[in-house]
Amino acid sequence: MAKKLPKVPVVIAGMGWAGSIIASELTKAGIKTVGLERGKERKMSDYLMVHDELRFQHREELMQDLSKETITSRNNQGMRALPMRHYGTFIVGDGLGGAGSHWNGQTYRFLPYDFEIKSLTEKRYGKNKIKPEYPLQDWGITYDEMEPYYDTFEKMSGISGETVELYGHRSNPYPTGPMLKTPVLEEFEKAAKKLGYNPYMMPSANLSENYTNPDGIARAACQYCAYCENFGCEYGAKADPVVTTIPVAQKTGNLDLRVHSNVTRILNDGTKATGVVYVDTFTGEEFEQPAEVVVLASYVFNNVRLLLNSGLGKPYNPDTGTGVIGKNYCYQVSSGYSTLYYNDREFNLYAGAGALGIEIPEFTGDNFDHTNENFLHGAGVRSTQYGNRPIANNNAPIGTPAWGEEFKNQSIKYANSVLQVKSQGASLPHRNNYLDLDPTYKDAYGMPLLRMTYDYTEQDRQLVKYISKITRAIAEEMGPDHIDTVGEQAPFNVNVDTNTHNTGGVIMGADPKDSAINSYQQMWDAENVFVVGASAFPHNSCFNPTGTLGALSYRAAEGIGRYLKEGGSLV
Amino acid sequence: MSDKEKNQVEDRTRRTFLRNSGFALGGIVIGGTVGSLLGTTDTKNESNVNTESGAPVANPNVALMFFYPEEYETTMAAAERIFPKNDLGPGAMELNAGIYIDHQLASQWGVNARDYTDGPFYKPEPTQGEQIKVLRKDLFRLGLKGLDNYSNENYQTNFADLEAAEQDEVLTAFEKGEGPSLSGVSTSDFFKLLRQLTIEGIYADPLYGGNKEMLGWQMRKYPGTYMSYVKEIKSDEFVELDQQSLHSHMGHS
Repeated sequence: MAKKLPKVPVVIAGMGWAGSIIASELTKAGIKTVGLERGKERKMSDYLMVHDELRFQHREELMQDLSKETITSRNNQGMRALPMRHYGTFIVGDGLGGAGSHWNGQTYRFLPYDFEIKSLTEKRYGKNKIKPEYPLQDWGITYDEMEPYYDTFEKMSGISGETVELYGHRSNPYPTGPMLKTPVLEEFEKAAKKLGYNPYMMPSANLSENYTNPDGIARAACQYCAYCENFGCEYGAKADPVVTTIPVAQKTGNLDLRVHSNVTRILNDGTKATGVVYVDTFTGEEFEQPAEVVVLASYVFNNVRLLLNSGLGKPYNPDTGTGVIGKNYCYQVSSGYSTLYYNDREFNLYAGAGALGIEIPEFTGDNFDHTNENFLHGAGVRSTQYGNRPIANNNAPIGTPAWGEEFKNQSIKYANSVLQVKSQGASLPHRNNYLDLDPTYKDAYGMPLLRMTYDYTEQDRQLVKYISKITRAIAEEMGPDHIDTVGEQAPFNVNVDTNTHNTGGVIMGADPKDSAINSYQQMWDAENVFVVGASAFPHNSCFNPTGTLGALSYRAAEGIGRYLKEGGSLV
Repeated sequence: MSDKEKNQVEDRTRRTFLRNSGFALGGIVIGGTVGSLLGTTDTKNESNVNTESGAPVANPNVALMFFYPEEYETTMAAAERIFPKNDLGPGAMELNAGIYIDHQLASQWGVNARDYTDGPFYKPEPTQGEQIKVLRKDLFRLGLKGLDNYSNENYQTNFADLEAAEQDEVLTAFEKGEGPSLSGVSTSDFFKLLRQLTIEGIYADPLYGGNKEMLGWQMRKYPGTYMSYVKEIKSDEFVELDQQSLHSHMGHS
């Protein structure tokens, strides 16, 4: 029997970016909030020994412990889903700060086109451009309505960047200037400019300069130490909830933060929640936390899983296209790229930062004509300098054996002499790609795992093919001694792909028929439940999701504040 | 002075400040986490494997916590073929990749502690990832036994005693999954594990037992761990730095 705790105004499941932004906004307004986090506590000083590629990148120390819970996957409904037993593709955040601790810090806004993708596509190309098996829909909010929330998120986290003309208007410039344009990035810049493109420095949460945010949080500039992705920042230069939103919430005295507390279900009567049940992950003891408002803030997978395991909302049915929970699961495509090998040049590739990169805007969204293309949207074509750590980076021209003397010779020869022109492409929903509960496999607490039914679509394959040619053209202009170009999108493989931007499953919109939440992230079916995360994206753009997730979190916080006063539906 | 020049001066000042200061970054006081490390970034990390006279001192970490001696011999022989000694520098054997592998298989990773291990186990489609019930430590042990069995069957001797070219033939067969079934697991899965562990044993921080004296890093001019590359990352020329391991961060917290 769960031990029943005193009722609180707000309980949040998951204390990454989404949960901690909501916690900091509500607690600043004097609202008592309980934050439940299944993983461990974290602080900046934990990262003193963080320059350890094995421990953090290849043993995934900061990621979700898969022995406790994972997902199952299959490419289509005809297959039996099997558990992802270890990491290989996306990595899932865990612990205080969530993925906001180990992210790279690439912090974009989505395009005006994204928020009204259906209307704008039909307006430009006609009603038949969107094929019926792709349930593209508008987000129920416009870019102009989103802009102030983006602005708030960028100021809180101190994003470094430069204004891009082809993107949505900004009410303010980025709070800090762009990152260093290194010789590596200049190679890309020169080539892209020669081809007539307008490269810009990637917007970055790795601070380009010292910065104090509106909450009074002071952080130091990035030192380009090359340990961002999979790692925490020992300087606090990389924006992380642990050095931004969480201390602000804690200082108010209104946040009751409980780590090692794994929420297993939402108590509800089908129209309203009364609280959550959670388990102490060390002892197995169960607690019931009653609350006025329940906030789910565990990115994508557990937002969907908690709703399904709690019987809240109508599950998506791929055969009829009805229902919403689990619908429009999307990902991203990054299989179009060129690798450049130089025989006589060495770059300082051991140095870098997670959001140190340069990119062209011309092939994103609808910034190019799709009349004669069999796909919509596009990709950011980019070069990055993350810091090439030696276990993960052993590049050699295609055809080189994977082991033995030639492997050794080639991988060492090119260790500091290999660059890439890469792409990150949008992912549009397909009616056969969705999330539901697995009928067989369970987590450590006896709850069904989430089942992912997903494969790349014709849209994805066409997009990758098109974009790979752009990467090739820029690579050739850069003039290395050898180029390998990849442009074929293979089937989704749970142990091979390397993008970690899962989205969808609890999507937002203007109509309860085809969306689960409104633009304040409030559930249509249960007005005191707010579901915040990239789960809200009706499709995934070609940009990293955190900027949009952060903006939506601020909007949700505003909505929750209003709801506590007024009640009822916010739209 | 232009803004750019001014920034450069400020950058230099800041770097000097970082080096000289124990507790601040660019004027922002951020507590003891990092500050105390910065003063020491120029200090070379020397592990205590060599005395002043250059004579090697016993490294107590070079000993077996998992393998039996013959398994260790087979592991070293196999890892050396994955990453052989040549003109560029030492191979896996000399870099103590065998010690690294031994220690990893004895660790929680060897017993798949953070993997999802609940049944049922079904044969996966190629896109679904490995579905292997056998733990890593057991699969590796079975694989070593398999290497010897296969070598004896085809060459009438143990794997470690084969010529390099013959060892490559055996490993190629294992890589293709053509070796004997290992309690139902393909030899290609064992080979993947062997390759992964060998690469890690060459390039992981020496604290794990491999990458002896950071020679793996030195071969590819990888500096290991530094607290800042602000200067190097701006340079048009390649800047070669002495290797530093995590050991250089000890004693500063």
